[in-house]
Amino acid sequence: MSEKINELRQAFSEKLESAVNTQALEEIRIEYLGKKGSVTGLLKSMKDLSNEERKSFGQQVNMLKNEITEAVAKKAEQIKQKELEKEINSVPEFDLSAPPVLDRGSYHPITLVQRECERVFRSMGFTVEDYSEIVTDYECFESLNIPKHHPARDMQDTYYLTNGQLLKSQTSAAQNAIYKKYRKALIEEGKPIKAIFPGRCFRNEATDACHENTFFQMEGVMVDRNISISNLIFFMKTMLSEVFQKDIKVRLRPGFFPFVEPGFELDISCLICGGEGCPSCKHSGWLELCPCGMIHPEVLKAGGIDPEEYTGFAFGLGMTRLAMMKYGVKDIRDLNSGNLKSLSQFTAE
Amino acid sequence: MFLSMNWISEFVDFTGLDKLALIHQFSLSTAEVENEIFMKGSDISGIIVAEIKSVEEHPESKKLHLLKVDAGKEELVDVVCGAPNVRVGMKTAFAQVGAKIGDITISPRKLAGYTSNGMCCSEAEIGISDDNSGIMEITDDIPNGTDIKDVYQIDDIVFEVDNKSLTNRPDLWGHYGIAREFSALTGRPLKPLETVDLSQFSSLPQIDMKILDPLCQRYSCLQVDNITRNVSPVNMRVRLYYCGMRAINFLADLTNYLMLEMGQPMHAFDSRKVSKIRIRRFDSPFTFKTLDNVERNIDENTLMICNDENPVAIAGIMGGLDSEIVDDTTALTLESATFDAVSIRKSTVRLSHRTDASMRYEKCLDPEMTVTAIGRFVKLMLDSDPDSKVISSLTDEYAFHYPERSFDFTKAFVDRYTGIEISNDTIVKTLESLGFETTENNDVFSVKIPSWRATKDITMKADIIEEITRIYGYDNFDVNTAESPLYPVRMAEEKTVEDRIKDLLVQKYNLHELHSYVWVYNDEYKALGISIEDNIRLVNATNPNIEIIRRSIVPTQLCQVKYNTDFSQEFGVFEIGRIADGVDSETNLCNERKKLCITLFSKVKSTEQIYLELRDILAVIADDIKYESLSFEKIEAKHSYQHPKNLNAVICDGKAIGEIGVVYPTVAKKIDKKASIVYAEIDVADFAGIVSENMVYDEPSKYPEMEVDLTFMADRFAPIGSAIDAVNSPLVKKVSVADTYTDGSGKSITVRILFSDKNKTLTREEVSAVTDKIIENLESQGISLKA
Repeated sequence: MSEKINELRQAFSEKLESAVNTQALEEIRIEYLGKKGSVTGLLKSMKDLSNEERKSFGQQVNMLKNEITEAVAKKAEQIKQKELEKEINSVPEFDLSAPPVLDRGSYHPITLVQRECERVFRSMGFTVEDYSEIVTDYECFESLNIPKHHPARDMQDTYYLTNGQLLKSQTSAAQNAIYKKYRKALIEEGKPIKAIFPGRCFRNEATDACHENTFFQMEGVMVDRNISISNLIFFMKTMLSEVFQKDIKVRLRPGFFPFVEPGFELDISCLICGGEGCPSCKHSGWLELCPCGMIHPEVLKAGGIDPEEYTGFAFGLGMTRLAMMKYGVKDIRDLNSGNLKSLSQFTAE
Repeated sequence: MFLSMNWISEFVDFTGLDKLALIHQFSLSTAEVENEIFMKGSDISGIIVAEIKSVEEHPESKKLHLLKVDAGKEELVDVVCGAPNVRVGMKTAFAQVGAKIGDITISPRKLAGYTSNGMCCSEAEIGISDDNSGIMEITDDIPNGTDIKDVYQIDDIVFEVDNKSLTNRPDLWGHYGIAREFSALTGRPLKPLETVDLSQFSSLPQIDMKILDPLCQRYSCLQVDNITRNVSPVNMRVRLYYCGMRAINFLADLTNYLMLEMGQPMHAFDSRKVSKIRIRRFDSPFTFKTLDNVERNIDENTLMICNDENPVAIAGIMGGLDSEIVDDTTALTLESATFDAVSIRKSTVRLSHRTDASMRYEKCLDPEMTVTAIGRFVKLMLDSDPDSKVISSLTDEYAFHYPERSFDFTKAFVDRYTGIEISNDTIVKTLESLGFETTENNDVFSVKIPSWRATKDITMKADIIEEITRIYGYDNFDVNTAESPLYPVRMAEEKTVEDRIKDLLVQKYNLHELHSYVWVYNDEYKALGISIEDNIRLVNATNPNIEIIRRSIVPTQLCQVKYNTDFSQEFGVFEIGRIADGVDSETNLCNERKKLCITLFSKVKSTEQIYLELRDILAVIADDIKYESLSFEKIEAKHSYQHPKNLNAVICDGKAIGEIGVVYPTVAKKIDKKASIVYAEIDVADFAGIVSENMVYDEPSKYPEMEVDLTFMADRFAPIGSAIDAVNSPLVKKVSVADTYTDGSGKSITVRILFSDKNKTLTREEVSAVTDKIIENLESQGISLKA
């Protein structure tokens, strides 16, 4: 009987050797271990044996059965491994060295710098206000201490409309409305007015690489009981350092704007040379960046705020200029050109 | 305006101070100085006074002369000179061997066979005038060999101040006012202007003069006679030249000199032509020839100086040709006046003729200055031309006085404005140095505003702050944050909506944000065949192509798309911008709206495909930002760019917020012959104003879902959707269009309906009950299942 077992064992191991895939292996497993399989057959033949023989034979058959089961499992693992290797090898190594396809949309560069500024000012507690482009003479001039025939009206060539309104020549045109909107909270709840108002402005002038009739500014105001020139310098320095992501030096010079007193021209240390002097700052080390000043008492009054009680500062940043500085745009007209070859480059938020 | 440091230092002693540093400080404290500073005279050296002892004609050249020159040395020097004005006994500027003129060093040099040991120079060569007609004439009293820099003020530092930064400072339009600023900056005293006391002439006859118009504030005049000097002293001419003016003759130079020194324009008339000065306007227009020989149109608003009825000058702007000083003039009438600044400015604009005088008058000059200027004029005149004579008494009418201004303010007021500590002493000293009479008592200051700052510049306490702080120096400020309380910042809904829309369009749909102008582009519209619709207009557009404010962004965006057809096979652009939808009839104000405009362009997809894509973009915007769905309703085309068939109102929360449409075929073809172009325009405020639906969580069923496809013979989805809605079954979770197909039997739409029940596994019977009702409903409308 044990010869029979050995023969079987011998035959199995030869067959197993020849099995190359999962299907062949399964056939072998059924041939030996299936209901009608050879090993099962051996067990069935035990009923003819004596008790003693049966016991020892049974043990041997069971051993064989275990051996075969184990060998099949092992072989199955091997085949699986081989098939996996084959699958892996069948796939080529993909080429990442080709240029990637960057199909994406773009923001207008003004949106990008505006958002950057808004982020900085919001982090310092400024609200972001929106304002119309068509305004009244009162909003753009009268309320800003620029009466009729004031030379300041000559300085800005304004686009007037047939109904007597005008295209705002400066974002300051929103000041009066903002004071009126927040004066109650200021006076009754002691909430300081801190607002920025980005917007599009218009000047009636011929366009060239440096001049546009349509451009963006961002005005900011802060009004409270004790706002000082010292505070103005602090806020401008802090905020501009955030906007430009580097420590900026600022310098004030007297400047005349009817809606501020004292009024200043604010210079920043040159972004290119840091103040050493280079062609982009005409070797002065400074760049003239934005007009600012303490809000004129008449302007506060026009907004319903008592200048004896409250003071404030205001500033105007040229968003268009900032965008040109930041991205190295040389011709201002590119910004309103609608030319996708230029504008589709501004993909990153 | 150019300013000479020599001139300024006549009034403030700069000994021991760095002048360039002072100019820099001036720029930070008073007015912007241009970057380039001119070091006059620095490029010449070794030029001395020499006398021509003999002149011989050059044997071969008609132009050249052979000179022997006494340069103050023992031996005469041989010089070859080509100037026409050489003569024996003449003294001139001589560049000796070793002298430097610009980059040239003078050395012995052969000229047409003769050696020249130096060069006689013209004024232009030395850089003190533009006269290059001959060599410089120097007066006999200067010893030969003297360096001309020791004789004349040729070395000077000249800087330029941007006129615009002086608009509000009438007192800074002359060197004396500028000197006052330097006095305050250096703490050194300002010397008084030397003048002649005019009261000594009070016994002489008055001039017949009357102000007949309130636009003349003050008119002062004086007659002088016997001015024999023709050429001005060199130093005067050098200063005028350095400050950008040409020397003309002594009298003209003197009036210009006065203007540059004091900021007071002056004019001299031939006394024979003005015996009866009247300042007035005329009722009707006429023409008038000014001394530059230009015929100008004068209207009834222009103030004129007249000899009785006869105009002789445009007040504050320019004199007339007929009353100008001529060769045989002996007696002249000197005018020193002030006029209404606005009137001068408007006349200047009307005449489009701006002069050095009108530029100053526009700034509101101090009327107190007129008489001082005459006193100064007479002083300078007598200094240089002692034979000249005053022949009238000072005639002066002072019709309009600016109110005297004085303010009281407290130390606390200064502290609050500055945010730093500036001592009482510094405050008083600063204001005094600028001419403000100031007293301080118990932290209360009283200041009297000097006349030259009281015409418009300083009108209130805050103006005083500027005076204190600018001289204190902004660079010296301590920088402190504000002590204001902090509050959270809430974003305006519209701003948030705008930002979200931009992010979605750029980041999800790869669209490009553009900016366009707010007006109609006439030429570009015409090129696309878009008719120009009337709207509010610009009244003063300089470019005829831009005049009408746009009613919609769509046409301007289509113009931009046209410009970009080569950019890519397929692209989309958008803008959030403004339009004016006419004028409100009640308020007469423009109805300005903010719009989102999107255009999709494709050369590879069908119009239907991109139209549906655009529909989906809008739907995602509404869903993402407001959690709302959209519906569309066909509307009638009203504009030339709209497609009559494919134009729909976009409806959100029951309100039309904009439109979506296909571009009119001829317009589209003009943009690109083969491309599909669709657009949408949404009112941003209307959309932002919609109250957001709240997002509600719908727990998914634990039981299997069932999907059923039904194919109907139908042109549109709408009736199918309505039929599904009509059943109102809670089991219907989602409806989508799986396919559309058109064959010989017509168009069919395959609708996929997803069924699900939260509490149990659905049976086919339950689902069929719903679908049967849908089919039944549709069949009653003549829409059948596809066989």
